[in-house]
Amino acid sequence: MDKRYPDKPDTVYFFGTCLVDAVYPEAGMAAIRLLQREGVRVVFPQNQSCCGQPAYNSGFPDEARAVARQQLDTFTRDYPIVVPSGSCAGMMKRHYPMLFAHDRDLNRIRAFSNRIFELTEFLVHSLKIELEDRGDPIHVTWHSSCHAAREMGVTEDSKYLVRQLQHVTLTELEKERECCGFGGTFAVKQPAISAAMVTDKIADIRSTGAARVLSGDCGCLMNITGAMEHGGVGIRGQHIAEFLWERTNG
Amino acid sequence: MAEQSFDFQKNVDTALADTQLRANFAYAMSTLYQKRKAVFADKAETERLREIGNAVRQRALSKLPELLEKLEKKCTENGIQVHWAETTDEANRIILDIMNRHDAKRMAKGKSMVSEEMHLNKFLEEHGKEVMETDLGEYIIQLAGETPSHIIVPAVHKNKDQIARLFHEKIPGAPYTEKVEELNALARKTLREKFQHADIGLSGVNMAVAETGTLCLVENEGNGRMCTTVPPVHVAVMGLEKVVEKLSDVPPVLRLLTGSATGQIITTYFNMITTPRKPGEKDGPKEVHLVILDNGRSTILRDPELRQTLQCIRCGTCLNHCPVYTRIGGHAYGFVYPGPIGKILTPQMEGLEKTGGIVSASSLCNACEEVCPVKIPIPELIRRMRNESYDPKGTVSGHGYKWNLPEVLIWKAWALANRYPKLNELALKAGGLFGNRFPKIGPLRQWTRVRTAPRLSGKSLHEMVKAEGVDHE
Amino acid sequence: MSESARERIFSKLRPAVAAGRFDIPSPEPPPRPEWTRSEKVEKLKALMEAVRSEVHVVKADAWTDALKALARRRGFKTLLYAPGTPVGDAVKQAWSEGSGGLPALRTYEGTIENYKDTLFHDTDVGITSTRGGIAESGALILWPDAAEPRLMSLIPPIHIAVLEADKIYGTFIEAMEAMAWPEQMPTNALLISGPSKTADIEMTLAFGVHGPKELIVFILEP
Repeated sequence: MDKRYPDKPDTVYFFGTCLVDAVYPEAGMAAIRLLQREGVRVVFPQNQSCCGQPAYNSGFPDEARAVARQQLDTFTRDYPIVVPSGSCAGMMKRHYPMLFAHDRDLNRIRAFSNRIFELTEFLVHSLKIELEDRGDPIHVTWHSSCHAAREMGVTEDSKYLVRQLQHVTLTELEKERECCGFGGTFAVKQPAISAAMVTDKIADIRSTGAARVLSGDCGCLMNITGAMEHGGVGIRGQHIAEFLWERTNG
Repeated sequence: MAEQSFDFQKNVDTALADTQLRANFAYAMSTLYQKRKAVFADKAETERLREIGNAVRQRALSKLPELLEKLEKKCTENGIQVHWAETTDEANRIILDIMNRHDAKRMAKGKSMVSEEMHLNKFLEEHGKEVMETDLGEYIIQLAGETPSHIIVPAVHKNKDQIARLFHEKIPGAPYTEKVEELNALARKTLREKFQHADIGLSGVNMAVAETGTLCLVENEGNGRMCTTVPPVHVAVMGLEKVVEKLSDVPPVLRLLTGSATGQIITTYFNMITTPRKPGEKDGPKEVHLVILDNGRSTILRDPELRQTLQCIRCGTCLNHCPVYTRIGGHAYGFVYPGPIGKILTPQMEGLEKTGGIVSASSLCNACEEVCPVKIPIPELIRRMRNESYDPKGTVSGHGYKWNLPEVLIWKAWALANRYPKLNELALKAGGLFGNRFPKIGPLRQWTRVRTAPRLSGKSLHEMVKAEGVDHE
Repeated sequence: MSESARERIFSKLRPAVAAGRFDIPSPEPPPRPEWTRSEKVEKLKALMEAVRSEVHVVKADAWTDALKALARRRGFKTLLYAPGTPVGDAVKQAWSEGSGGLPALRTYEGTIENYKDTLFHDTDVGITSTRGGIAESGALILWPDAAEPRLMSLIPPIHIAVLEADKIYGTFIEAMEAMAWPEQMPTNALLISGPSKTADIEMTLAFGVHGPKELIVFILEP
């Protein structure tokens, strides 16, 4: 995976993602605040929406392209684009060039994709953030989305940030690289298989003894916490941005 | 096989409800996962090797007609008789003809996925022939009257208690034993007898080398060597994509195959066959036949994206790493090739309208792509199958079978909402008004089978940033 | 029918390939390890023992003594050997110098068609030569031939293989090049790394499922 990070820029774009927008806006706000606290101006274009992945993965590439183009036309300046999701970042970084492989604008699209960064990798490599933990001791575990791990390769960056917090104990999952069963529309198109997967994921989470499960991806969180809540498991799920902000702002 | 009554969803429910089956798969797959990991510990070297594997396979496909002609020429010069079959039916008949010509009644059969694709056993048995599977796993499922549930370990769905009962019931005089050593000894005794008396041996082909006309077979048990050496006639069957250009292409592919399949640096035996028994030699078959099967492969080759399916070397590692396969097992997929590779190969061979259901059974987690020894972009090709399912102008057989107005309209509306931010805002507002009291129907009903419903936030991030005065330029 | 199937297949393959659009990478070949003879012996021995082969490193002029000692200790009853080969002749010579307590020597009489019964039911051990070994994979190279038939290394429950330390190559590709395989592929070429095995029942490794239950290797050092 070729990885190049810009030095700390004056300004970044923030792409909130549709799921954060609708269900987890606090995670988005926390991410913006983390970036701002490092002295970076954050621009949130109001015309942004969704990366297009739901349609892209469901067999509707034309619709995916239409929505992707909305983002291409919205994030026009050459600021880095920070995304609080490994999956949406993977879509925009790895898949846009494939989605537009036959497009006249391919070069512009490649340039756009090169500007995409997942939040935690950007905090670590470009901003070289140093965190000071102000919270009470807590035991957490980490769930990496498949795309954060395999498309973006940022799992170690995310965990590095958690480990910076001195009162936080991180226990890794036994099967950290196994899918939680979300997979977007997969969860509703193959509900039984998805349920079997999330059930096993929760067992793995429980066996760590952690009080909280952190992730950089809200799709997985929605799946895992929804299933934990349904099953009466008293472990809270939280997006890493919210967790980091909560621990270090006080 | 289940072609006629293939109901994927029913298969899934049955498989998931079978706790023994799930335990058998979970154990076996995690064993294979760990073994592969150990043998490919050096990440950079593994990556280089996969790149080489990809190059070897792509180069072969890029010259396929030329290499197949060369293979045919070399084999013929070496005394191997080459046969071409466009369909599985033709391939079956070729083999039956060979058997009849030799008045052969008993076939000892080594492991061959292509022969499974052909349903060769059933065909030959219908024509009065006795077919004996000799790979231990294949032997077990033949006794049980089942089909393979895995490309490499065909009886992986059974545990030793189940096999113990099976042997006790099906092998005459076999005592009941759950000791693996003793079960193996029972099979050895029974099958050695079969090798000795077989009139003809059948094998698959892991690679065929065009340069020298050599058929390569990879195995641990020795039954492959038996089938290709003891009987007077040997028939090898291969899919036409299995050719490689040169002998020097063999070592990297072999290394990738054994490492990916079973986590071995090398198998017990690597068997390279170039000619029938030569004058003066004391053993080996007097006749060797090579049956080269198309069965849709030449069509797959046409499409620059889909042809990557043909790079596959049938190592099965995508199965071992697939979170879906490890939970539902191979039989649920209904056809010969299960798991991630099955999701892209089966629809191209059998048609989407018949098999398209399996295409939705992927969370697109990319685990398969990460381990594929020849770097087939399986998730990309699964997406392509999904596109084809809805595309009336597609190219894969059965394309557009899933096209339906309601779903198309939903996605059109989704695209519209996400292209016009005002519409999106309105949609979210509407959601907010319902106050998270959506009726639990359709997707939400599926979602809430094991989860609480997602709770829409009262305020979207769009609104929050506005309220906080975040720049929007 | 077969002939027309061929034409039909090629008539689809040719345009499919002619359309092009292959994107073939050109990676560097893997590095070739530079091992000394003793490193290669060690490597091969370790890998073969890890898959339950029994490996003895012996002096070339004393290997038949080691074989005889082993055969007496293990109480072998019959030994199939190949006269006219260096290994076979050495065995015959060694046995002629005193064969008390040693297995009876057997030779492969006629062809498999008439020798099958003896081979399957009345042969303990087969001894063969090898063409070399591959250190990186832990495998022996066998090219069975008229003098040393293919089934000698497969049917008897115990296979003894004799390997000269000088003929251990670093990698498979080096062996192919050194021995000019493309120009002279034999009827059957084999790589063998251990006794026959399977893990088809519950992933439990078991040895000797069809082929030899034991593989004993004598590595001959000068």
